[in-house]
Amino acid sequence: MNDETIHKYGDELYAAWRERRTVPPLLEREPDITLADAYRIQLRFIERRVVAGESIVGKKIGVTSKPVQDFLGVFQPDFGQLTSGMVYREGDTIDLSALIQPKAEAELAFVLKADLQGPGVTAMDVIRATDYVVPCFEIVDSRITDWKIKIQDTVADNASCGVYVLGNTRGDPRRLDITLAGMVLEKNGELHSTGVGAAVQGSPANAVAWLANTLGELGIPFKAGEVILSGSQSALVPVVDGDELVCTVGGLGSCRVKFSGRSAACA
Amino acid sequence: MRMNVTLSREDIVRLCERVEGAQTRAYAIPKLTDEYPGMTMGDGYAVQSELRRRFLAQGHRLVGWKAGLTSKAKMQQMGVSVPSIGFLTDRMARPENSAISTADLVHPRVECEVAFVMKKTLRGPNCTRDEVLAATDYVLPAVEVIDSRFSGFKFDLESVVADNGSSARFVGGGRARYVEELDLRTLGVVMEKNGEIVTMGASAAVLGHPAEAIAMLVNILADLGEELPAGSFVMSGGITEAVAVKPGDSIVARFQELGSVSMRFVE
Repeated sequence: MNDETIHKYGDELYAAWRERRTVPPLLEREPDITLADAYRIQLRFIERRVVAGESIVGKKIGVTSKPVQDFLGVFQPDFGQLTSGMVYREGDTIDLSALIQPKAEAELAFVLKADLQGPGVTAMDVIRATDYVVPCFEIVDSRITDWKIKIQDTVADNASCGVYVLGNTRGDPRRLDITLAGMVLEKNGELHSTGVGAAVQGSPANAVAWLANTLGELGIPFKAGEVILSGSQSALVPVVDGDELVCTVGGLGSCRVKFSGRSAACA
Repeated sequence: MRMNVTLSREDIVRLCERVEGAQTRAYAIPKLTDEYPGMTMGDGYAVQSELRRRFLAQGHRLVGWKAGLTSKAKMQQMGVSVPSIGFLTDRMARPENSAISTADLVHPRVECEVAFVMKKTLRGPNCTRDEVLAATDYVLPAVEVIDSRFSGFKFDLESVVADNGSSARFVGGGRARYVEELDLRTLGVVMEKNGEIVTMGASAAVLGHPAEAIAMLVNILADLGEELPAGSFVMSGGITEAVAVKPGDSIVARFQELGSVSMRFVE
């Protein structure tokens, strides 16, 4: 795909994001988009957000569970970029009117204290480079109509990233079994679903190592201080006005988030 | 729960002999309600109690109890609001890391559970989660091998209860722990079959907290005129979905904070 086409789709996704509306799947219009093309479209989309004033604060890893990989017909995760405009703090209420068709995922986030330069990064390097882990919610959102995504669509659309919120309880991965730590998700005071760290590529550290190696190949820096959302350990939960979610990571702590307003697709 | 027995003593003995034959000679039978459509839960437990009486008379030792249908999904599937219980004998116990024969099983499936060993006798009704925790000597990880004796997995709650809650074999192992040193609600669990993760979850999947299932079990025992004696081994119900096993399969259940339990299946 030439630069002109890459820019066209990156700009289209940026406009859709800014105007809270959806566009038809890219793959329906350009059946030959490769994964590499899709990442170039993502970079253009993010470049537009950065030019408009945001900064890159981290990465998200998606498509980390077997059911999602089977659904999309891929055998590896994907990634997107976290920007300063996506950040909420624990206790904040997330304004759904800023989103289109949001769903929540409970995850473990990593914050690095050292750069991770792939290729050649292992899960052991990830633990060594990790400052702390923290329970978090990623609110995924899609600029593609009705979430009708193939892998190229979601990658181009910044891995369907919406906003995210980190919990306040920080843990040391040397003191916590991040692979076997349970994940309990409650919605409006009732148990919704459960999961475990191993749901993410066998261990969340494996997903972060995959990201370091993938970024290394693409020449994208992976810096100390960045936040990495390591992949969903829960079911996807559609959220509406008034919903409250709590996720608890066994041996670590919780992250609580409330929602208000109406998302664009519900308005 | 009212234990309303409608079947005659003669019918109870007849159904018990049918279940006992299916269990000891490993063959499938039609669900009992095909012949007795008016069978109640009380009738199911009357058949189960007769089965227990017969096994104990043959020299089997009662080692404890198990709770079943403890997840919201399973209860909804069966259209019930309370779990079921079954008894456990020494003949059903298999050591950790042993080879379990499937020759005397119909269609075995395995589930990961948190097991409790009691240091004080508990009596219902109105037994609570806190009373269970106070009466617990220790908890340990366990794998239950369930085996419904009904053809084609066609059954209803009354038939399952009569069939002793599909109890067949169990393996306790891993690491014994004091309950006060754990958050029993958020323990992560992973089941691997032949080295591959096949199912996972967290312990809250069992009625929000595994001790809740033990309290309900004690209250059902009270309805049957029984207590839960000190020294009992009690399994609190499947955290993960039941996974079918056949000869050649190797199972490892990994639990956060509780270690692992392994076994393999042979002809």
